Amino acid sequence: MPSSHPPSAVAETGRDQLRVRAARNPGFPLELDWVRELRVNRSAAERRAGTLPRRRTVKREWQAAWLLRALTLVDLTTLQGDDTPGTVRRLCAKARQPVRRDLLAALGAEQLPIRVAAVCVYHTLVPTAVAALRGSGIPVAAVSAGFPAGLNPFPQRLAEIRASVEAGAAEIDIVITRAHVLTGGWEALYDEVRAFREACGPAHLKAILAVGELGTLTNVARASMVAMMAGADFIKTSTGKESTNATLANSLVMIRTLRAYGERTGHRVGFKPAGGIRTAKQALDWLVLVKEELGNDWLAAPLFRLGASSLVTDIERQLEHFVTGRYSAAYRHPLA
Amino acid sequence: MKVAEIFESLDYGPAPESAQPAQAWIAAHQGRFTLFIGGRWTEPHGGEFFETCNPANGKPLAQVAQADAEDAAAAVAAARAALPGWRALEPHARARHLYALARHVQKHARRFAVLESLDNGKPIRESRDIDVPLVARHFYHHAGWAELMRTEFAGYGPVGVVGQIIPWNFPLLMLAWKVAPALAAGNTVVLKPAELTPLTALCFAELCTEVGLPPGVLNIITGDGRTGALLVGHPDVDKIAFTGSTEVGRSIRVAAAGTGKKLSLELGGKSPFIVFEDADLDGVVEGVVDAIWFNQGQVCCAGSRILVQEGCAERLIARLRARMETLRIGDPLDKSIDIGAIIAPVQLDRITRLVAQGRSEGATVWQPSWSCPEEGCFYPPTLCTDVAPADTIAQEEIFGPVVVLMTFRTPAEAVALANNTRYGLAASVWTENVNLALDVAPQLKAGTVWVNSSNVFDAASGFGGYRESGFGREGGREGIWEYVRAEWEPPAPAGPTPAPPSPRASGDATAVLVPAIDRTAKLYIGGRQERPDSGCSLPVHALDGERIGEVGQGTRKDVRDAVEAAHRASGWARASAHSRAQVLYFLAENLAARSEEIARRIGRAGFPQAETEVELAIRRLFLYAAWADKWDGQVHHTPFRNVTIAMPEPVGVLGVVCADEAPLLGFVSAVFPAVAMGNTVVALPSETLPLAATDLYQVLDTSDLPGGVVNIITGQRRELVPTLAGHDDVDGLWCFAGGDLRAEIERLAAGNMKRTWHAPDRDWLNPLQAEGPEFLRHACEIKNIWVPYGA
Repeated sequence: MPSSHPPSAVAETGRDQLRVRAARNPGFPLELDWVRELRVNRSAAERRAGTLPRRRTVKREWQAAWLLRALTLVDLTTLQGDDTPGTVRRLCAKARQPVRRDLLAALGAEQLPIRVAAVCVYHTLVPTAVAALRGSGIPVAAVSAGFPAGLNPFPQRLAEIRASVEAGAAEIDIVITRAHVLTGGWEALYDEVRAFREACGPAHLKAILAVGELGTLTNVARASMVAMMAGADFIKTSTGKESTNATLANSLVMIRTLRAYGERTGHRVGFKPAGGIRTAKQALDWLVLVKEELGNDWLAAPLFRLGASSLVTDIERQLEHFVTGRYSAAYRHPLA
Repeated sequence: MKVAEIFESLDYGPAPESAQPAQAWIAAHQGRFTLFIGGRWTEPHGGEFFETCNPANGKPLAQVAQADAEDAAAAVAAARAALPGWRALEPHARARHLYALARHVQKHARRFAVLESLDNGKPIRESRDIDVPLVARHFYHHAGWAELMRTEFAGYGPVGVVGQIIPWNFPLLMLAWKVAPALAAGNTVVLKPAELTPLTALCFAELCTEVGLPPGVLNIITGDGRTGALLVGHPDVDKIAFTGSTEVGRSIRVAAAGTGKKLSLELGGKSPFIVFEDADLDGVVEGVVDAIWFNQGQVCCAGSRILVQEGCAERLIARLRARMETLRIGDPLDKSIDIGAIIAPVQLDRITRLVAQGRSEGATVWQPSWSCPEEGCFYPPTLCTDVAPADTIAQEEIFGPVVVLMTFRTPAEAVALANNTRYGLAASVWTENVNLALDVAPQLKAGTVWVNSSNVFDAASGFGGYRESGFGREGGREGIWEYVRAEWEPPAPAGPTPAPPSPRASGDATAVLVPAIDRTAKLYIGGRQERPDSGCSLPVHALDGERIGEVGQGTRKDVRDAVEAAHRASGWARASAHSRAQVLYFLAENLAARSEEIARRIGRAGFPQAETEVELAIRRLFLYAAWADKWDGQVHHTPFRNVTIAMPEPVGVLGVVCADEAPLLGFVSAVFPAVAMGNTVVALPSETLPLAATDLYQVLDTSDLPGGVVNIITGQRRELVPTLAGHDDVDGLWCFAGGDLRAEIERLAAGNMKRTWHAPDRDWLNPLQAEGPEFLRHACEIKNIWVPYGA
């Protein structure tokens, strides 16, 4: 029996979407009323987040295509103390070619632009990554502003941002001062993010809210709103270093706040969950969440990223399974 | 579709669940199912079969037997035969059976889920994630009650043979809600599934054999409404449990009237979904999805009336419409489908007709831009705005994916609109303000109130209605009471009761030398003594026939006035339990002060135990004063992060028809448990000696009892009882008088589905029969308030 689909959600996105860079969010004067009126009912949010992966699934060709799309949304990340130029160059090679060519051919996807959205590293490794990615069109993102705790001297944090931009980073993932959120210091938070945004200049700013340390989902919503008003191009869940990182529930709350900001200002802001996203199934859950709550427009690199390190290999294994019908092994795919 | 194309479109694509596990099971039965009676598959006596179809494509699934009178009788006989063994089984053994059923439901979870979606049309996500897990949970939970019966329900045993009739919207889940508590309490069952959805029940029958449930403990007979009527009418059925429409429930109520059958009914609803402006609106939108687009809106407790505070109505409507665009309708077996098929063309017609009527009455009808599948029975999610309470679609239960939206200004107006319905099944309240939520929830006339949630269910929490949504609870401790009977009670059906002692023609009463001052006992309405509207009096005779006084002859108009007075006194329910206790203690004190006089009056009328009666009446007032602030609710352990508060609430305005025997004690024992719980009462005292009650007027007056809490109408029961029973603003009616009133009371009570309790022939001197928790349970409804929490 034919099932009917909402055409509005199906028809709009095309290849064009991938090329169009959304106009940057210029920010908005701080409206404390918009912040304080935000209320999140945790149980209701968790119920929605909990049932969504059970309400939608993609199978066969659809799953393969969605996984390819997911790869193009990955901020391929390494943030280890033992990162060296060698490991970063290996990561960049994987970023250019996240799926084996024979698999792409078998999927009929050779002509598709299958490469990750960005490579994300610490400042010191920005020049290495920039060099390794030259000509690929893949931007380098640097974590910055005292990542991960964000408690370094403020001038130093600004200087760090400027240094990374100067070194070639096109995207800067900053961390906010959690204390501003926990004490209701919204003006201070606004000023901080605003200053970071100015320091970024042409580079895009991703504001990491470290939602696992904000105490409540209502705080997550309020911090999201302030960061967007201060001009964040993206709001991002976590550093990956907190005990709780991206979950569907905290992502849902950020996405809804992002939508509310868009309704009020007309500006589009991107969303990036990060931390703990390791499996293809998880990636699909996030794609479903974004599709359902924001629509297909957001399933493109200018507006959505998946911060991840080991995810790419799992997606590759699932793609091989689709092609061969046999379950794959990690060692069959080039190391990141 | 090519991978490269989908990469661009990001379409969902088909994700079909295989129908194979269910189809294989049907094929194993050659697509033909007989009746499950006494543990054996039995050919229907009349040889008649009917088809059950897949509503998503109209194709037949199987042939199912139509049970006739002989079959129903055979099933009841099998249940009767199995009863002695099953009820005598030690509770732990019954617990093992229920536990095994729970385990087996889980073992065959996929077959059940697929079969349910095939037969009913509900999305596989719901049958897989909601219906079937809840079924297993019900059997687990009730395995626990079976284990605990002897300690937690001491002095109670099973009702006997139970006839159960269930609807098509949650076929297997309703089976579980009915069968699990019945079997746990030691009853045996004849169950009739809906003719549109019989398959999962038949599949469950097989499970009973697999787990070794003794033959006859559960019998399943299929058929249409005729079979249900046969079950209801069978004289050897001790209890009927029904879930379905109010219309059919009412006819069952009438059919069972006077038969002595215990009855529980879970009927229709038009449940309010209240949104205050401080609510999490995105959460609200998903709440509406759960409320009205769950199971295609074919849910008795569906939140079908959105009441939204004016200030946020526009924002909510815009968000709802946007959300409706992303709902997906189609093949129920597709894992990415939100809305499946409507059960049958007849239901689709009803929905279509009601929406058309709504439009003609001025409603703005909004549906998403996408269209439904053309084959099969589908109806799109529908939001009706510009609706007023007077409109048909705001009053009638649509039983489809159609929700109406109205606005309110204040909490009081929200409550008034919410309660402006004949139904009272469930309600939803959305606010981030705990003060507001806990203020509004108790004011809603509904058996279940969900705070910041909707359509959440669990076996540990009772579910059932107020008003015309029926009576009785299913689930939790409160649900078990529907399936037990006090062991001292004679088995139902109750036979005719002995006639009250007739006055003798003449007597040899003690001569009264000096005439007493004439006393005129009027009626007692609203705290005042009122002359009867008839302007007539009736003589009162002693048991030896001597005329000892007169009482007013009350009429239907006096009953009307008394009911109005009782409603005006409804503030009594909000008086603190401590205050109510104080009044009862004061009553006892004042009765004690006049005990000799009152005992003398009763003794003179020929009642031998006059002094004992007065003494026990005083004790009983103390007893209910004691209970007033101790009849606590419960917090149920539902497996979610929330508090589920089971709160006893007074039924409302209760009619109480007192026993003839024990004219004072019968009155006090019947009226004051109701009063202690916050009800207001219209009492018809003993017809034999009404003076025992009229003597209390001054005691009531002097005890700070607010006027209207107790109203007393003397007169002829024949005339008064039908008025009370048929009064649509009376919430419950208790009858302790003998005679043949029962059938008429129960028939007339069907008008507004008022709760009735028929309990004649009690020994009022025996505490086991005449006082205690049994009375308090009848004096209360249990409301379950679900309060999810989380910072």
